[in-house]
Amino acid sequence: MARKTARSTARGRGGRRSTRRTVVLIATRKGAWLYHGDAARRKWRADGPHFLGHNVSHLVLDPRDGRTLLAAAKTGHLGPTIFRSTDLGKSWKEAARPPAFAKVAEGEKARAVDHTFWLAPGRAADRDVWYAGTSPQGLFRSADGGVNWEPFSIINDDPQFREWMGTVQDGTPDGPKLHSIIVDPRDGAHFYIAMSGGGVHESMDGGGTWKTLIQGMDVVEGFGFDPAKPTFHDPHCIRMCPGNPDRLYQQNHCGIYRLDRPSDTWVRIGRSMPQQVGDIGFPLVVHPRDADTAWVFPMDGTQVWPRTSPGGKPAAYVTRNGGKTWQRLDAGLPRSQAWWTVKRQCMAADARDPVGLYVGNSGGELWMGRDEGRRWSCIGRHLPEIYAVETAELA
Amino acid sequence: MKVLVPSALRSYTERSEVEAGGATLGALLADLERHYPGIRFRIIDEQDRIRRHIRIFVNGEQARDLSRPLGAADEVIIVQALSGG
Repeated sequence: MARKTARSTARGRGGRRSTRRTVVLIATRKGAWLYHGDAARRKWRADGPHFLGHNVSHLVLDPRDGRTLLAAAKTGHLGPTIFRSTDLGKSWKEAARPPAFAKVAEGEKARAVDHTFWLAPGRAADRDVWYAGTSPQGLFRSADGGVNWEPFSIINDDPQFREWMGTVQDGTPDGPKLHSIIVDPRDGAHFYIAMSGGGVHESMDGGGTWKTLIQGMDVVEGFGFDPAKPTFHDPHCIRMCPGNPDRLYQQNHCGIYRLDRPSDTWVRIGRSMPQQVGDIGFPLVVHPRDADTAWVFPMDGTQVWPRTSPGGKPAAYVTRNGGKTWQRLDAGLPRSQAWWTVKRQCMAADARDPVGLYVGNSGGELWMGRDEGRRWSCIGRHLPEIYAVETAELA
Repeated sequence: MKVLVPSALRSYTERSEVEAGGATLGALLADLERHYPGIRFRIIDEQDRIRRHIRIFVNGEQARDLSRPLGAADEVIIVQALSGG
């Protein structure tokens, strides 16, 4: 009976039997793990730890070859680097030249990369191109699959951007970050990036020039901050919809937003979230095929900003209509006394049908939201604090 | 000269004690980098500053920057300093 159930679940909604395997890539404060799923995504095999003791900020599989992994890592003592594997983590080699800022003349304000925070593969057509966002905010590019990294675009040294980036005090508790590096799949010169803090920015010419993209975004209320200044904006996570690259969603320090290009104005779609939950959080995940569907995992943004699940009751919320309405998805999740923090990179969707969701929390648990988040179960526990969760499909 | 390497860097050197040369600390680290690619950036940042949780001692005295002169008989110790849990 169990066998029959597993077999039927391995088929997608169209009835096709899936031969693909989902792997969940987990970056933690003390190392990295790969969770390999069976065809039905019922059983999971943990492969790890990789880099035990390293702070791993992001672990990403190259979707263009399905076997190259990049890991952004540092330790409490040692400086930041990138590790690279071309055999799905069986062996690793360090980048020859990890992301690093240009050396400045004596007396100038010098910056050093504390850690690489965000890794983004380039377009399918730009094989071996990768982008990296760092803390403090920096943008880097590799043209050789992550072996050598160079500063990319004007951002790192531009006086205006440096003013918007602020100091180490203007970022997250783990330092200010450049994240959400998005390359338009239709145009390799069209980029979006976001900075915490420092706003959202768009380039149409391969990073030569940038324009701010913050219209419509709120700033922290009550203190008279000018919303026209990128300095005051803290986008937490931006996603482009694979099913419609003209649609972006954003989870911000101040709400959930949607942007439909060519409009330049973000619309706060989080206003329709339940009032007692609010629309504050870190991650946001988009559906791989349906641009009207997105998920968030709200955090408590009241009073001293606990940044834990509101009321100690973790839940995802989904919109199926571009943010007009939201539904709570908490079946299988703890009903009380579960004070999770879920960071901006800690929620991911696979590309299967129906979509599986994956959430990693600060308590080292990995949860799967089966059937697009309708039924949750814990598939990994006792891990270190989870920093990032990604998925990939293996043939 | 003799260089003592902390456990965190032994994935590069594969032993706790190595030989390297240089007239200054900077030159010594360049020599280490030639033999053990990647090791320098883990302990020295891109502005040539010793990283926050790394300490380097020459004959028992802490070296503050890469211009510290070295002699062939000096002993250099690289240490990982406290960095939390």
